[in-house]
Amino acid sequence: MAEMEMRAAGSRKSSERVFKICAYTFCIFLTLLSLLPFWIMIINATRSTNQIQQHAISFLPSSYLMKNFAILTGKSFNPMRGFVNSLIISIGSTICNIYFSTMTAFALVAYEWKLRKPFFTVIMAVLMIPAQVTSIGFYQFMYQIGMTNNFLALILPSIQAPATVFFMRQYMIPSLPMEILQSGRIDGAGEFRIFNQIVLPMMKPAMAIFGFVTSWNQLFLPQILLTRQELFTMPLMVSLLNGDIYRTEYGAIYLGLLLTVLPLMIVYFILSKYIVEGVALGGVKS
Amino acid sequence: MKSKSAGMNFAKYGYMFSIPFVVAFLIFNLYPTFYTTFLGFTNRKGLIQKSYHVLEHPFDNFKDVLHNPTFITSLKNTFAIWMMNFIPQIVIALLLTAWFTSHAVQLKGKGFFKVVFYMPNIITAATVAILFNALFAYPVGPVNDFLVSTGIRDSAYHFVNNKTAARLIVAFIQFWMWYGNTMIVLVSGVLGISPDIFEAAQIDGANGVQTFFKITIPNLKTILLYNLVTSLVGGLNMYDIPKMFRNGGPDNSTLTSSVYIYNQAFSGSYLYNKAAAASMIMFVIIAICSAILFYIMRDKDEAKIEKEKRLAKKQARRDL
Repeated sequence: MAEMEMRAAGSRKSSERVFKICAYTFCIFLTLLSLLPFWIMIINATRSTNQIQQHAISFLPSSYLMKNFAILTGKSFNPMRGFVNSLIISIGSTICNIYFSTMTAFALVAYEWKLRKPFFTVIMAVLMIPAQVTSIGFYQFMYQIGMTNNFLALILPSIQAPATVFFMRQYMIPSLPMEILQSGRIDGAGEFRIFNQIVLPMMKPAMAIFGFVTSWNQLFLPQILLTRQELFTMPLMVSLLNGDIYRTEYGAIYLGLLLTVLPLMIVYFILSKYIVEGVALGGVKS
Repeated sequence: MKSKSAGMNFAKYGYMFSIPFVVAFLIFNLYPTFYTTFLGFTNRKGLIQKSYHVLEHPFDNFKDVLHNPTFITSLKNTFAIWMMNFIPQIVIALLLTAWFTSHAVQLKGKGFFKVVFYMPNIITAATVAILFNALFAYPVGPVNDFLVSTGIRDSAYHFVNNKTAARLIVAFIQFWMWYGNTMIVLVSGVLGISPDIFEAAQIDGANGVQTFFKITIPNLKTILLYNLVTSLVGGLNMYDIPKMFRNGGPDNSTLTSSVYIYNQAFSGSYLYNKAAAASMIMFVIIAICSAILFYIMRDKDEAKIEKEKRLAKKQARRDL
C-alpha cells in the first residue's frame, strides 16, 4: 500500500519535472522571439553596410556607429526634431487625457445625477468607435479651420478618451472614500478644489504611462494631419527610412530604428513593474 | 450607493465635471463622425475643390465601394490577417495563463517572462514593421542569412515579395505584439477569481486540466469577451503594420481596409467621398461584429437560472 503510494508520488514528481522542462523551454523560446529582433537591430546599428551584406546576423558589435549616424542624419532623418515633436504632442495629450478623464470619472463616481447612467452607456458605446473610422471628416474639419500642421489638433482630442474614463472609473469605485470628500467639504473646500487637491493625486501614475505610449506610437492621425517635415513625429520620421533615400544604407536604417525605439525601451525597463501592473488592471473584473 | 444622502445636493457638479468631456466629444468625435457620413453622400474629391454637393443618387459612393474589387480584397485580407493572428494569440495566451496561475506547479521567473513578453507591445508599430521588413530583407536579411548559413535553404528567399509569406509576416507581427498583453490581462483575471472555488475543486480531486477547463475558462468569460471585442475592433482597423511593412503589397496581399481608406483619401487620388463611404461601411461592419459577439457571449446560464427561479416560484404558488 505504502509502496504504491510512493510510486504514485514518484510518477507525479517525474511528470511534474517533464512539465517544467517543457514550460521553461517554451518560455525561453518566446523570450528569444521577443528579444532577438531588437538584439539584431542594436548590433547591426553598429555595423557597416558592407559587413551586413556579408553576414546579416552577428552577435558582436562593430565600430561603425558614428559613421552610420553621420549617414543617417546627413539625409532627411532628424531624430532630435522627431524626438522633440513627439515629446510635445505626447506630454500635451497625456496631460489632457489624464486630467479630464479623471474629472469625468469623478463625475460618474462621486455624484448622483439624472443622466449619469445614460452618459456612461454613451461612453461605453464610444469606446467601440475607432479613430480611423471618423478620420475623413476629422481631417476635412481640421483643414477648414486651418488646424492641419498644428499640434493642437493631435493634443486636444485627448480630452475625450473613453477608454481612460472607463478604467479610471473602475479604479475609483473601490478606492475613493467618500468620507475624505465629506471632510474636505466640512473644511470648506469647493468641489473643484477637492478634485484638484484630493482626488487627482490619488490616481495611479500607471495610467499616464499608457496615455503617453499610445500617443507616442500614434501613426495614422499624424500621418494625415502633419505634412511639413519639420513637424514630423518619431513614427513619421521612421517612415522616411522605408523610402528610396536609405535604400542600401542598412547600418543607417538599423540605427534610425534603434533611435526611435531607445526612449521607449529605457522608459519600459525602468517602469516595467508599473506597466505590467497597469495592463493587469484591464483584467480586473468590473 | 455610499453617497446617496450627500450626493443629491451636489448633482450639478456631476454635470459640471462632465462638460469638458462632452464638449470635446462633440467637436472632435461626434461632428467628424456625422461629417464623414455626410461626405460619403457627396462628390467631395480633389485637393482644391471650390464647392461640392450631395449626389443625385446619394448611395452611389457606397455602391461603388462595395462593388470595388480592391475594397473587397482589403476586407478579406483584414479578416484573414486578424484570424491568423488572433487564434494563435489566444491559444498561447491561455496556455501561458494556465501555466502561470497553476497551483500544482509553481514556475519561477514569471515576473521576468511577463515583462519580456509584453515588451513588443509598447514599441512603435511603425518601427516594428520596418524592422521586420529589414529582418526579412532579400537577398541579405538576417532571416535569409540564418536560413542559408545553417543550410536550411540553398539560396535566399524573397519573403516580402511572396503574397502568402507577406500576409503571414504581418499576422505574425500582430501576434508577436499582442500575445503578451492578452496573457497579462487573462492572468490578472484568473487571480481575480475567488480562491475558494479552486480549493473546492482540489478537494473534489480535479486535476489541473479539469480545473482549467471547468473553472478557469467559464469564470474568464467576461474578460475573454472584452479581449475578443477589442482585438476584433483593433484588427479591423489594422493600419500601422501593413502600411509600413509593404504599403499593402505585394500585389495588395496585405492591403487592409484602413490602408485602403488612407490610400483613397490621402495618397494621390484625394477621393474623400469614396474614402468616407468606405469608412462608414467599416463602421457598420464593426458595430455588427461587436453586437454579434456580445449576443453569443451573453450570460446564458444566468438567463437560465432566472427562468428556473420564476418557474419555481410559480410552482410554489400552485402548491400552496
